[in-house]
Amino acid sequence: MPSDQQHPQMSPDALLIKTASLTVRFGRRAVLQAVDLTVSAGEVVTLVGPNGAGKSTLLRSVLGLQRPTDGMVWRKPGLRIGYMPQRLAVDGTLPLTVRRLLSLWGPVTSEAVAETLGEVGAAGLADSPVQSLSGGELQRVMLARALLRRPDLLVLDEPAQAVDVAGQATLYALIDAIRRRHGCGVLMVSHDLSYAINGTDRLVCLNGHVCCAGRPEDVRGHPDFQALFGIDPLAMPAWLLAAGPHSHGDTSAPGGQHLHAQGHAGPAVKDTPTHG
Amino acid sequence: MDDFLLRALAGGIGVALVAGPLGCFVVWRRMAYFGDTLSHAALLGIALGFVAGINLMLAVALVGLALAGVLVLMQRQRKLATDTLLGLLSHTTLSLGLIAVALLQTVRVDLMSYLFGDILSVSDGDLAWIWGGGAVVLAALAWLWRPLLAMTVNEDLARVEGVPVLATQLAFMMLMAATIALAMKVVGVLLITALLIIPAACARRFARTPEIMAVMAAVVGALSVCGGLGASFRADLPAGPAVVVAAAALFLLSQIFPRREAR
Repeated sequence: MPSDQQHPQMSPDALLIKTASLTVRFGRRAVLQAVDLTVSAGEVVTLVGPNGAGKSTLLRSVLGLQRPTDGMVWRKPGLRIGYMPQRLAVDGTLPLTVRRLLSLWGPVTSEAVAETLGEVGAAGLADSPVQSLSGGELQRVMLARALLRRPDLLVLDEPAQAVDVAGQATLYALIDAIRRRHGCGVLMVSHDLSYAINGTDRLVCLNGHVCCAGRPEDVRGHPDFQALFGIDPLAMPAWLLAAGPHSHGDTSAPGGQHLHAQGHAGPAVKDTPTHG
Repeated sequence: MDDFLLRALAGGIGVALVAGPLGCFVVWRRMAYFGDTLSHAALLGIALGFVAGINLMLAVALVGLALAGVLVLMQRQRKLATDTLLGLLSHTTLSLGLIAVALLQTVRVDLMSYLFGDILSVSDGDLAWIWGGGAVVLAALAWLWRPLLAMTVNEDLARVEGVPVLATQLAFMMLMAATIALAMKVVGVLLITALLIIPAACARRFARTPEIMAVMAAVVGALSVCGGLGASFRADLPAGPAVVVAAAALFLLSQIFPRREAR
């Protein structure tokens, strides 16, 4: 099984979290099996995988919300985690402005609120009721909330889920910029590979176990990855271009064409034997 | 004014001042049905209190706590949805309470007064319990305010940020059980939830912050008690229901006012 051991700028000091043979079972079903994962400072690690692959469970284990059945989770002593949950549902009856939401977790100054909201592109929202925000605005505010805690590690659960397509690329670019500015590590779960991969240092493909992990450009060629996702998602634009109405009759560039056709021909996940 | 009416006012207002802020959390956390369940169990507490010969408010609070514990345990099983569990517990405990009261041979219990309240018979001893206990509940709520609010926004997030979620949850349930025990005399076990949620729902329209909403809910509750008792005194209406109807009237009135601009 390919392990998750290569790091771009690995040094022992920079290590923020580490799991070793982490296993989580719900009843008899093993959701996570012997998962080794590390995140270092300044590094963006993106977890991808099909539904039920254990992405959220892995995130919850790292956060300390889920007790491991076996194996261990190590966090750097004194590690400050900025967590951004998948969806924040504040009841409409709770009168809560963005400013108040941001100060719920500890005292923050008015300047810090303004500065951080500006940083995530949500300036001017400070006095809006939380319930009036759009999905994208709310995610930015939640990102600001996490940043105000001065985290060493940002943990993001599907940050772009409630965000429209136009906003997704911007949100991932923002996460990348924040990582560069603050030097914090980022661990996130993502469904949409096309955007999330920009700015990701390490892609960890999860399906109960770590199928493959490494730099996105390396992982995309991995047979397990292609088996899980059916096609090479990073080549999506090219594939869409090639797979027009006449894709199979088109004879230009036969080599590349063949590769892509093979990729998307099989009904991806169901017919693939499980690995591991 | 008559002495008993003054005591009724003092008792009712005391309860309303506690129920308003606590009721805000009941509304924000969507726990109205939980409140109902706790208050239905109060009748069982009364019966057991008679049997054990202890203070009835104390007995009610203890039964409420036990019920909250059972609920937390049952929720962990995750076999039934919470509202199904609540429905099961709510009506089982109410029926058990009714049976227990009927079986009480030694004391004759005025069932109606416990079901719908008997505010006009509030004694000086009751007043001491209501104001003393109420002050304790409010102080505890103020102490728990920030973690409770954080949990209400998102429980996982609160846990990651180091809020002791389970302990805070249990403490909140204790406060609810205590408040129900205090309010029982005023509006009775079947109507207590109304005193928790109607003033809060009424205050929502005018409040810009959680704290203002809590204060306004307390004021609305107190006004409802005054209005209900006044109507009860003049028109000889049953006092507990009159207080609830007064609160509902205030709620309707609040809906007529134009809503403040959201942004």
